[in-house]
Amino acid sequence: MIWRAEWLKFRTVRGWMFGAAAAVLIVVALGVLAATSVTMSCMDGTHEVDCPAPPTDSAGRSVADKFTFVHRALDGDGSITARVGGLDGTITYPPPDHDEIVRGVVPWAKAGLMVKDGTEPGADYAAVMVTGSHGVRMQSGFTRDRAAVPGREAWLRLTRQGDEITGDVSADGAAWQRIETVRLDGLPATVQIGLFVTSPNGMTVEENPQGGHAVAARWTQATAQFSQVSPAGGWTESLVGYSDYRTTWEQAHPPGHTETGGVITVAGAGEIGIDSENGLAVERVLTGVFAGLLPLIVVAVLCGTAEFRHRMIRTTLAAMPRPVRVSVAKAGVVGVVSLLAGLVAVAVTLPVASRMLRANAVVVLAVSWPTMLRIALGTALLLSLAGVLAYGVGALLRRAVPAVVAVTALLLAPPILAVTSVLPPDVGTWLLRLTPGAAFAIQQSVAAYPQLSRPQTVADGYFPLPPWAGLAVLALWALAAVAAATWRLRRSPA
Amino acid sequence: MRAAWRAEWAKLLTGRAAPAVPLGLAVLLTAGGVALGRDSVDPVQLRLLGVRLGQAAVAAAGVQLLAGEYGSGLIRTSLLAVPRRLDLLAAKAALLTAFVAPAAGLAVGVAVIGLPPGGALARAAVASVVYLILVGLLGLGVAAVVRNSATAVGIVLALLYLMPMVLRMLPDPDWQRVLYRLTPATAVQALTTSTAGPVALPLSPAAALGVVAAWAAGALALGAFVLHRRDA
Repeated sequence: MIWRAEWLKFRTVRGWMFGAAAAVLIVVALGVLAATSVTMSCMDGTHEVDCPAPPTDSAGRSVADKFTFVHRALDGDGSITARVGGLDGTITYPPPDHDEIVRGVVPWAKAGLMVKDGTEPGADYAAVMVTGSHGVRMQSGFTRDRAAVPGREAWLRLTRQGDEITGDVSADGAAWQRIETVRLDGLPATVQIGLFVTSPNGMTVEENPQGGHAVAARWTQATAQFSQVSPAGGWTESLVGYSDYRTTWEQAHPPGHTETGGVITVAGAGEIGIDSENGLAVERVLTGVFAGLLPLIVVAVLCGTAEFRHRMIRTTLAAMPRPVRVSVAKAGVVGVVSLLAGLVAVAVTLPVASRMLRANAVVVLAVSWPTMLRIALGTALLLSLAGVLAYGVGALLRRAVPAVVAVTALLLAPPILAVTSVLPPDVGTWLLRLTPGAAFAIQQSVAAYPQLSRPQTVADGYFPLPPWAGLAVLALWALAAVAAATWRLRRSPA
Repeated sequence: MRAAWRAEWAKLLTGRAAPAVPLGLAVLLTAGGVALGRDSVDPVQLRLLGVRLGQAAVAAAGVQLLAGEYGSGLIRTSLLAVPRRLDLLAAKAALLTAFVAPAAGLAVGVAVIGLPPGGALARAAVASVVYLILVGLLGLGVAAVVRNSATAVGIVLALLYLMPMVLRMLPDPDWQRVLYRLTPATAVQALTTSTAGPVALPLSPAAALGVVAAWAAGALALGAFVLHRRDA
């Protein structure tokens, strides 16, 4: 009953329906605009081509998967053991002067042993490795990373047993220490097992005075020596993920391997991990949500304040003398209307904009379908909760202008300030943990991973909270605002 | 005109909203300046970050000054007392300026305390105060056009905060560059920084003030036109 009354009130105010529709239109229009404004082109050797899409892993995510692999087939269970050392390489034009090519390895250069489901980029893998300056690690599935012991030389062992891959490390080849065991589901009976080396680009990171970081990538290469490899012999070389074109650097320092006196030297350049650089993040087409939220906030605030201005609240409370129910019904109507607006906006924007991007030959970074679903539903929920928060603040303050300013300052200002200003990173981080603006984390398609060498701070668009935790922060704020408004309604109805 | 000015003054002092605004502004600016006053590539910009937050309060004050009267119906009484409508708007604009200027001056002054004095700092501080006054007038002008306080504040906030983000989605990069330089958000960035140089900044400080002044003047002119022609 009370719900129908509240819905009737909302529906019959023309400006409110108009505001909700405006929110949808703004999100869609800006998404389409964003899709038309992006262009991308890549060089293949000396001529311009459409950018190739990065490979995808078994979950459907875009990944970087480029390394030199010296491998052999392994039927069923088995293991590989080797002593890895002599990590060395080339770094082009490092800071501070950027004027020479030096010998050395970047912090995340990797050399070690790998089990992989074939040699196609994106295939499942697990690996143990020594790194430039992050010690011995075990990595798998493009995102999993576990540190073991420090050092740039070690005995490593990788064992396959069914779907389980175990990594061990030893200082002397006699006393072994377990790193961890990971499961690779659906691994076929025959896998490739072998030695790998790769080295990500060196990053020159400069703080941008307008916010964020300016990053320049410089080519690097790593070489490593593998000795006392068992099983011995029968090796094939695969340059996983390399393009056929060789840059000048790669002609001078070709990837590959040599074997002399039982020592195999492998050289490689590339990265193994989630790719967030060679394409457009899918949530970029939803940036219009920022602008679309403003009319929604205004409408929701007015839902909270209008009855107090016109003394209508006395009539409402006379008809339904239970303030809690009135408050919940009003918040519910606002929440449902905003949710529907959000669902429509997302359901139109995402497919239309992605289609237009594809037509423009723009690479959109692939995400797994649960992530896609989370972004779509989460964005609609974000709009819904923002509406409830704005209603609550409006009903609490009972004055529209301060309420609109307060909600905008709490919800929209923190993400904008954290990304486009000189706010110190720790302040930005705390803002995006504590304010309702944390909820925009729900749109983040690619999370930050410490094992990737590029800057991934708040200013670079990486939210400090996991997606649903960020949305929960907004939900708590909305709940608190509605609770406070209800409390005030019970104490002083008009 | 003097009577109109005094009437506005009385309304402002007896109302409960307006005095809260400069207070809030002062707190925001000072807190921002002191809390964030750490090492950075551009300490002046960091200290004056409060300007970007506090401008919302000033814009809200400008909106409230006029739209509040439309909300309560007081505007009819006001126009009965001051039938020359432009006088009413002028009185409100003058009052707003007189009210914001000292509050903003004080708050900005406190926010930059302790920074090494110099021409760049003085320029940034003075420009911040002028900017805040202009933002208030922008709010007043928008309120005269749309009359509903919540809608007016929504429009002003969109202008102040969201425009650069929206412009980034425009297809044509040349248009994008031109329009980007015409937004208040770009202007405030150019105004509150001490690193001078056309390379780092899309706008010179003088041009930035011109941009904001043009927005405020445009809004006020449109507001005056609408106020003059339309029934209250």
